[in-house]
Order: sequence, then C-alpha cells, then structure tokens
Amino acid sequence: MKKPVPLDIDAILDDKGTRIIVCCGSGGVGKTTTAAALGLRAAERGRCAVVLTVDPARRLAQSMGLTELDNTPRLVSSPEGGGQLYAMMLDMKRTFDEIIEAHADPERARQILSNPFYQSLSSSFAGTQEYMAMEKLGQLRRSDEWDLIIVDTPPSRSALDFLDAPERLGRFLDGRFIRLLTAPAKAGGRSAFRLLNAGFGLMAGAMTKLLGAQVIKDLQTFVSALDAVFGGFRQRAEMTYKLLQAPGTAFLVVAAPERDAMREASYFVERLAEERMPLAGLVVNRVHMSPGSALSAARSAAAAEDLESRGEHELTAAVLRLHTGRMQLATRESREQEHFVSAHPTVPVAQVRAMSGDVHDLAGLRQIGNLLASA
Amino acid sequence: MDSPDTDWDDVRLHVVTGKGGTGKTTVAAALALALAAGGRKVLLVEVEGRQGIAQIFDLPPLPYEERKIAVAPSGGDVYALAIDPEEAMLEYMEMFYGMRRAGRALTKMGIVDFATTVAPGFRDVLVTGKTTEAVRRRGKNGRRVYDAVVLDAPPTGRITRFLNVTQEVAGLAKVGPIKNHSDLVNGVVKSRETMVHFVTLLEEMPVQETLDGVGELRSAGLPPGCVFINMVRESLLPQAALDMAVKGRFDVGELALGLKAAGLADTSDAAAMAEALAEEVVEHARRTELEHAERESLAGAGLPRVELPLLADGVDLAGLYELADILRTHRGAA
Repeated sequence: MKKPVPLDIDAILDDKGTRIIVCCGSGGVGKTTTAAALGLRAAERGRCAVVLTVDPARRLAQSMGLTELDNTPRLVSSPEGGGQLYAMMLDMKRTFDEIIEAHADPERARQILSNPFYQSLSSSFAGTQEYMAMEKLGQLRRSDEWDLIIVDTPPSRSALDFLDAPERLGRFLDGRFIRLLTAPAKAGGRSAFRLLNAGFGLMAGAMTKLLGAQVIKDLQTFVSALDAVFGGFRQRAEMTYKLLQAPGTAFLVVAAPERDAMREASYFVERLAEERMPLAGLVVNRVHMSPGSALSAARSAAAAEDLESRGEHELTAAVLRLHTGRMQLATRESREQEHFVSAHPTVPVAQVRAMSGDVHDLAGLRQIGNLLASA
Repeated sequence: MDSPDTDWDDVRLHVVTGKGGTGKTTVAAALALALAAGGRKVLLVEVEGRQGIAQIFDLPPLPYEERKIAVAPSGGDVYALAIDPEEAMLEYMEMFYGMRRAGRALTKMGIVDFATTVAPGFRDVLVTGKTTEAVRRRGKNGRRVYDAVVLDAPPTGRITRFLNVTQEVAGLAKVGPIKNHSDLVNGVVKSRETMVHFVTLLEEMPVQETLDGVGELRSAGLPPGCVFINMVRESLLPQAALDMAVKGRFDVGELALGLKAAGLADTSDAAAMAEALAEEVVEHARRTELEHAERESLAGAGLPRVELPLLADGVDLAGLYELADILRTHRGAA
C-alpha cells in the first residue's frame, strides 16, 4: 500500500498556537468520540480544553460525565500537570435566545421570543443547529477562557452545511425578499404591498395565496423584529468563518475505512481546500488489523479447505475461516484508503484500530487518544 | 419473522431510517426491489441530495424526475426519484396554484432559497409532500400508480421531526393551503398505509438510537414497522469454543497442532501463529457476546426483526439482489 504521511496528533495538541480543532466527516464515523478523545489527551498534556459537541450519543456524553443538555461548559477532568477538560452540549434554542436577548432591546426581544415563527425556527427546524454551533464556537473563542476548543460538526444532511451557513444567511439577508418583507411592516401593514411595483405585487399575491394572510403578518413581524438583530448576527457569522480560516484552526476529517465514508472524506478535503480552511489531516476510525497478518487470506482459506476435506481439526479449520474473513476485510479497507491516499498524497493520515466495544468512560477515551497518537 | 404482525400488503409507504453508516440507502434499495418482485411497480425516493441511489445502482446522477432504474426478480419495476426541494417547490406552486411564473419570480427574489435552506423545515414539508403525493397518485384507471413507495429518509435522530414537520408548519398556518397540504400529508403518514422501518447494526450506538427513535415515533403517533439488522456476520465457531475464548481458556496448543497438520507452520513457528490467531478468536468471541446483548436489547422494541448478512464483497448490484431476496421471503411470509 502506498504509505500516507503519518498524522502527528501530539504535535497539533502541544502547539499552543492551535486554538480550534474541528472534527468533520459523514455520520456514524465516530466524530464525537474522536473529539472527546482529543480533548482528554490535550488536557492530560497540559492544555485547558473544551469539547463542544452538538448531538452526542447518550453513552458517550455519560463517559464524560455529561448527563443533561446544558449550554455551559462543565468541568470533566483536571488531570495532573495543570491541564483541564471541559465539555458542553449545544442547546440550540438557548443559544439563539441568548443572542436575541443580548442584541435586541427588551421590548423587541419579547416580541421576537414570543413570535410563532421564531419559536419554530429556534427549536425544531434542522439547519438552525449549524448556525448555532458556529455562533457558540465564536462565543467560546472570544471568551478566551480555554486555550483549545474542539468541536464536532452537526450531523447534517450535507456535512459541510456549517461552512455554508454564514454565506447562506448573508445571501438571504441581502436578498430582495427580506426587503420586501420588512418594507410593508415598516409602512404599517399589508396595504404597503400595493405601493410596490408590479413584480412585487405578483409575488405578494402569490405569497398571501400560498401562506394565508395571518402567516404573512406573523412572518413580517418576525423578520422586521429580527432585522436589527440579524445585522450583528451576520457579522459574527462572518467573523467565525474567518476564524476557521486562520492559522490557529486545525480541521480533522474523520472517516471509517468504507467506500461511502472515504468518498465523503475526499469531498471534505477538496471542499476545505476550496474554502481555504486549514486541513490538519485525516483520521480513519475502526480500521481492522490482524495480529496474524503474516498468514494471507488465500493460504488461510486453502488450509481450511484442506482440513475440512480431511475431516480433521475442525476447530482449527473454523479459526482459519475466521482469519480469512478478517484478512479479506483488512484488504478491502486498505484498498479504500489507498484510493484516498493516491488522490490526496500530501494529507497526513492517522488510523485507529477497531475496538470490540463502545467507549464508556474516560479510560476508553484515553485509549482512543493513545491509538490516535501512535498511528 | 418474529411476529405475525408484519402484514405489508396494505402498506403503501415504507419509510426507511437508520443512523449514519448503518446502510440505510442500501436497505431501502433492496426493499424496493423486494416489493417490486412479481410484477409490481415501486418508487424509490431519495431526499438528502446525496445521489446514493445512483451510486448503488451504478448509474449517472439522477435528475428530478421519476425514471425506471431496475427490474425486480420475476418481473416488476423499480423507479427512482431524487427530490430536489427547489424544483419540488416550483412544481407545487404550479400544480396547486397555477403559479409557475410567480414561482420563477420567487426564485429570483431569494424566497425559494429562504424556504429551502434558511428555514429548512419548509424543505421537509416539500419533501414529505412530494413523497405522499406519489403514494396517493392514481392513474386513469383509478388505481394507484405505484404499488408501494420506499423513502430513503433522513437519519434516525431526525426522523420523527421530519415526518411531523407538516404538523409543525400547520401550527403556524391554521387555515389555508398549507393547512390543507399538511392534512393531506398527515393523512398518509399517520395511517396504516405507512410504516417506518429502522436500519441498525449490532452495535451499541445504533441500537440505542434505534430504541430511542422507536420511542419517539410512538409518542408522536407514527407507525413503526420493522427493525432491519444489517451487516450481520455469521459466527463460524461453535458456542463452546467462544465461551472458552471469552474466559481466556481457548486451547492454543490444539490450534497449533491443527496449523501444523494443515502444513501452515512447522514446530518452531506454530505456537506464535496460534497465539496470533487465538487473539483474533478472543476478539471475535467478545464481539459475538456484545452482539448477543444488542440483539436482546432490540427485542425490547417489540417490533419484528429481519437480519441481513454482511456482504463479503461489499455492496454491489449482485449483493443488492441477494438482500432483496431475503426481504422478499419476509414479504411472502408476512
């Protein structure tokens, strides 16, 4: 196999210049576990680290002692050597509410918080998560209370939604749509639609027909109330985006050695380069390695067949079958990784071997950290 | 397989969800083939813009239109549709309000962008709307166009919210077309014509998510279907040997003898090779034990379970038909 450049995790963690590590990758590849393991290792090497996780599996959260959804970083561990590990789960509604409360006057804040559109947008619609994860990341960074922030990205339909979020928001806010919506409310109600030109009139009619008059009114109130708040919102989103491009940030793409996940990893690597985001390397989780790799799949299978046909050593034959499968799996996995390495030969790679069970405690996270660093 | 309560005959919409990495799209595709077998017509719908269906069936990216992509065993057609929310919105406006031109204007103003991305809840409304429209659609003869629709849905963590999204939006719009639309969607999703299937692996996290997902679905009054346990590896070793291995008492000496008998090692290196292989056996035994525990947990969900094997060569077309065959037996047995 073409050898990739090894990824030196400890060098990244020990570099005081590293302030943010972003773990991204498709769903189900162990992003959150990787983030938590990196956080613990960083703390044990003297950093003051906070892990911001968006949607952790319950048991993983428990392994760090987090039992509830809570928007404040909690101390998980203070190992010897002065380092500390904090962790928090993102509460997106709470984060959104806090922005509104901080940036609107009390009367306007009240209007927004009680608006039905706001309530839906802030608590239940997918997509809000990405904005709020970015927002929280920016907040944590600006607070400067931690010298390393490790964040895992939300499990969105398109895993890079968090990168697109600020731009999308900007496009929306600059769009004529928002001007249309804010204008009538400022002019005192629906009648203002009539003042607009024919194109707008057609569209306003369409919207009223589609959504119903009450909805339009709620939406107008909502958007105009948010208008003032949104300006700052967008500015901060852009700042966070720039923060991600800065040298203090390290992106780790996380994958499993399977076709879909590796394909997605390639896509990530390319997208990050396009966005000029600093990529530190690729972490391949759950790699199957065999302690008996000296015995090839072919020889193992032939020997098993031989024993079976002679009717001898049944157990040995079964063990050889097991080994054959294991070696085939390892071959397939290294082929998937080879594809990646040939396409991206300069990207450093760390492999973490598959473990028989899930992580339940700090000891498990520590073990993963060791594997990551020794890759 | 475990319960007689798995009658799929009346089910028109099969929603397939699962944690990322469990093979949700593969199972959805195999299910579509299985349901189409024997001369039926099935639509396979994809909603996340990943072009997963095209990849599995080895086709160029699918456009936003229903097109035939595969022939099922013993005749039967599988059609596929990759829903593009923006196109769906324009189509809707034309279909229900005759407003194609207004739709184009909306696109220019960024409202389509708003509806499909900034407020992604609307995107889910469009996707569920389009899917249920395909379920309800009837031909000139008054019969349903599709015998079944299989939806490759968002992951388990999002599924209840996804299926309930029209209700959410209906909360905003108490009357009017959105409300009507929402009622139409709910009329399908909450009926006996719909089943939500969960794809899982025999691993802790996917099993936990499945159990949580089933719970959420039930509280929301949505109908759970089956649990598909994917990528199941058969155990090659007798239970007694596995038990010994877990206890750390696997007979390495006997294994070394076997290796020598097979001509794989001579006396000097047989022991070392046996030690290495025994290590694999112990890992295998531990995993088998864990898988057993996960099976028990899944039984607690009270849903029928169907096991699908790990395909030795990865998922290719042949493998897909193999899975479809297993699912078809299940359909027949139901």
